[in-house]
This record gives sequence, structure tokens and C-alpha cells, in this order.
Amino acid sequence: MMLEVEGLCSQYGRIPALKGIDVQVREGELVALVGANGAGKTTLLRALSGVQPVSAGRVHFEGADITSAAPDKRVRLGVVQVPEGRQVFGPLSVEDNLRLGAYLRSRAEAALGIERVYAMFPVLKSKRREPAGALSGGQQQMLAMGRALMALPRLLLLDEPSMGLAPKLVEEIFACVRALKAASTTIFLVDQNARAALAVADRAYVLETGRVVLSGSGPELLDNEQVKEAYLGL
Amino acid sequence: MSAQFMQYLLTGLTVGAIYALLALGFSIIFNASHVINFAQGEFVMIGGMAAVSLTAAGLPYLLAVPLAIAAAALVGLALEKFAVEPARGASVVTLIIITIGASIFLRGLAMLVWDKNLHPLKPFTGDTPIAIGGATILPQSLWVLGVTLAIVLALSWFFGRTLLGKAMLATSHNRLAAELVGINVRMVLFLSFGLSAALGAIAGILIAPITLTSYDVGVMLGLKGFAAAILGGLGSGMGAVVGGLVLGIAETMSAGYLSSAYKDAIAFVIILAVLFFMPSGLFGKRGGERV
Ligand SMILES: Nc1ncnc2c1ncn2[C@@H]1O[C@H](COP(=O)(O)OP(=O)(O)OP(=O)(O)O)[C@@H](O)[C@H]1O
Ligand SMILES: [Mg+2]
Repeated sequence: MMLEVEGLCSQYGRIPALKGIDVQVREGELVALVGANGAGKTTLLRALSGVQPVSAGRVHFEGADITSAAPDKRVRLGVVQVPEGRQVFGPLSVEDNLRLGAYLRSRAEAALGIERVYAMFPVLKSKRREPAGALSGGQQQMLAMGRALMALPRLLLLDEPSMGLAPKLVEEIFACVRALKAASTTIFLVDQNARAALAVADRAYVLETGRVVLSGSGPELLDNEQVKEAYLGL
Repeated sequence: MSAQFMQYLLTGLTVGAIYALLALGFSIIFNASHVINFAQGEFVMIGGMAAVSLTAAGLPYLLAVPLAIAAAALVGLALEKFAVEPARGASVVTLIIITIGASIFLRGLAMLVWDKNLHPLKPFTGDTPIAIGGATILPQSLWVLGVTLAIVLALSWFFGRTLLGKAMLATSHNRLAAELVGINVRMVLFLSFGLSAALGAIAGILIAPITLTSYDVGVMLGLKGFAAAILGGLGSGMGAVVGGLVLGIAETMSAGYLSSAYKDAIAFVIILAVLFFMPSGLFGKRGGERV
């Protein structure tokens, strides 16, 4: 098992956001996490990256207990996140954003990574000298994904990569997720577009107010009556 | 240009360069933490006073100056480690109050370690004035201007060209994203206190031969540096330099053409005017986060 989360709890002040989460991700899998607004998806991903305190439970990554590891240690191990809302470094250039993605990697790895990202998103290459803040929403999403790939992720955490994008761009982002999966990157994907997320996922979890209420393979959940009603609008 | 104007301009630029170094220190810490470090002036004092003591003990400048800078940098790092870091998560206002407390503490400590007297520091390379276009400039002023220029160039190289410098900038723009790419943001904060303290100490050593130094020089200089930083826009390197030079020149001109009684008031007027009319300063971007 690559990622193993057991009984994870987290709260904002005294208000619990995660109430004992159990989640597993195997190497090479694409696991989706769906749930309504405020279910705790972002909180879970942030806890996995070490930027959100946890009050109980354990997180194991490739056998190591990383429950209380610092965020940079997790990135070094290969747990890398594309945060909700892209969070690019607006005033810095596109290329600097990418270079910083490889902050913990060697110069050679960074140079290789940049070429790989430019091959994947040619538009970023043409805008390499522009400030990231000047990019369109879709381009910023590509930059955020490229920046995460620069860190050579073993487990990629994607938080709402298609949020706020036009349908054509959503399709492009999902194509990119499928390409990463085909290149055997392990992915934990959160998306409000439950149908698309479940369609690409090997397995999925459904989160409701801080608890996992359902899990199963992607196709299984796509067929599930409860899921259809609550998340697919059928 | 009259000789008198030229004279005021040269003096203003010299003082302004010192203010610029202080303002850079304010901006670097502000960028890393959104804290206004009111102990910034004390680094100036520590640098100057340590250089006085070390040279008095017989050390040559080449040794005394780096040691004095290192001493101030250590105090800056200790301030972060033992006063700011333990209060992590506290509000920015709380942190600012901590820096005010630290500045009072450091000043008191300096009074005990040294004394309440004014101390001279020998100019680096003599004190024969050099004539420029009817005005004169002290060799020490040339040191002030030259070293400040070198520091500004070094800083723009550091923040514009090195990965660590870019990581510090990235942290100031988006702390969460910085953590997610693996930047140790606590280390960034720690480094920025050391760097700011070193800049303050350099300012203190450069200016001591011209104005003398004492345990409480940091009060007024800190205030001037703060005024320069907010005039330029807190957090902007370019702003800090321009703000410092403008403040220095404005002070000297008003002292020369109006009355020296107004000299120190200029900084206060600038602080108030900027806060009322132009809260993000000349080069600042962030409007809403001012305390
Ligand atoms: N910074 C915060 N302070 C206080 N409460 C928060 C904070 N962030 C999130 N919450 C609360 O925690 C709960 C979980 O939020 P979270 O952002 O993890 O949900 P989400 O599933 O990602 O939702 P969305 O689909 O809107 O992104 C919500 O009730 C939310 O209101
Ligand atoms: Mg969310």
C-alpha cells in the first residue's frame, strides 16, 4: 500500500472537519474523492501534505509514518499537491514558478523536469517569461500542475483541478490526468465534477461531513443510486 | 545648480542611503512574515557600538567590521528563534508588540554592556573632504554610497537570480503554495531576520564615523527607516531604496532651506501622509494588509 490513512481527524478551532477518515491508495492507482461543498475534501488533502494540523489518526506513506512530518519532508518523499485555486506565485515568471516546484530536487532534475512540463503544456513555454498572474485560469491550472510535476511526485494530490474552467479546458485537464495515470503516476483526485472524476478513477471514496460514507470502484460508484442522486444529478 | 543645493543633495543622499538600508531590512522581514520589526533600529545600534568596541580593543577594520555585522546578525537570528518563533500562530499585532518589547530590551542591555555616552568611530579612509562641483563630500560618505549601491545590487541579484532568493519571494507571495513546493517557510523567516539584522548593522557601522553612535541611536534611525519603507511601499525593494533617498534628501533640504528644527518632523509627516493618502506607498501592491 502506498498511502494508508487511518482514523484521521482534524478540526478548525473546535469545529471538526474530518471525523476519522480511513483511505488507502495503492501504487499506480487513480483514486477519486467526491463529496459536496464543505465535506472536508480540501482539509483531507491539506492534512496529507502536512499544512493542516491533525488531532488524531495516522498517515503512512510507503511504510513510513508521516503523520507529523513537516510539509517539506513529505514533498521530498514524493507527496506533492496541486492546491485548490491553483495558488501560483503571481508576480514570479512562469519559469520561476516551475523552477520553484523543483525546490528540493537537483539542478539536473529541474532542467529535465522543465523540458517535460513544456512538452506537456506547450503554451507554458511560449509564456515562460510572463508573470504567472497574467495567465488565464486554464493556463494557471496547467502551471500549477506543471509545478507539482517538477517535484517528481510519487503520489500526486489534485484538488479540484477543473474548478471554474470552461468545458473545453475541463476536458483538456482530464486528458492530462489520464496521461499522467498512463505514465503510472499515482493520483489522489478531488473534483466537484463527480462524473468525470469517477469515470477516470480506478476506485473512489465518497465523503460526507468529514466521514467516508461509501467506497468502491469507479464504475461501481457511477452506478450507485445514492451517488447518482446526490452527486450526478440524475 | 548652486553649490549650496549640491551640498544639501550630497548630504541628503548619504543619509538617505542609510535610511534605504534600514527600509530594506523592514521590507525583508515584512515580506517573510507581514511583521513590522520595530527592533530594526537596534541592529543599527549593535553594529555601530560593536564596531566601536572591537576597534577600540585594537582589531583592524577588516576584522572588526565583519565581526560586528555577525554579532548583529546573531542577535537577529536569536530574536526570531526565541521571541518570534515561539509566538508562531499569534496575530501580526502580537508579533509587532513582541518586536517593540525586544527593541526596548536590547536598548536596555546595550546601556548596561556599554554606557550612555556618544562614541566616535574612525572614518574608514580618513576625513579630508573631497570637492565636487563647489560642494564637498567626506570620504566616509562615499563609503556609505558605494557600499549601499553594492548591497542593493547584491540583493537584487539574490532575489532575482538565486533559488533561495526566489523561494523567499515566493513565500511572501503565497505561504501555502511555498510550503506545498517544499520550501521551509520557518527557515525563510529565520533567514530574513538574520539578513535584515546584517543590513541594519552595516548601516550602523557606515554612519557611525559621520554621526557618532550610542546605545539609543536605533530609536530615531529605526523610525526614519520605517518612514522610508512605507513611503516606498512596505515589501518593495525598489520602494525601500527610493523611499530612503527621498526621505534623506527631503530632510536635508528642509533643514537647509527652512530650519533644522523641522528635520526630524519630516519623517512623521511622511508616515502620516502616506497612511492617509497612499496606504500602499510609491511601489507597494498590497493595500489591505497594513496594520
Ligand atoms: N480555514 C477554515 N476555518 C474554519 N473552517 C473551515 C476552514 N476551511 C474549511 N473550513 C470548514 O471545514 C469544512 C470542510 O471544508 P473543506 O474546505 O475541507 O471542504 P471541501 O470538501 O474541500 O469543500 P469544497 O468543495 O467547497 O472545496 C467546511 O465545513 C468548512 O466550512
Ligand atoms: Mg475544497
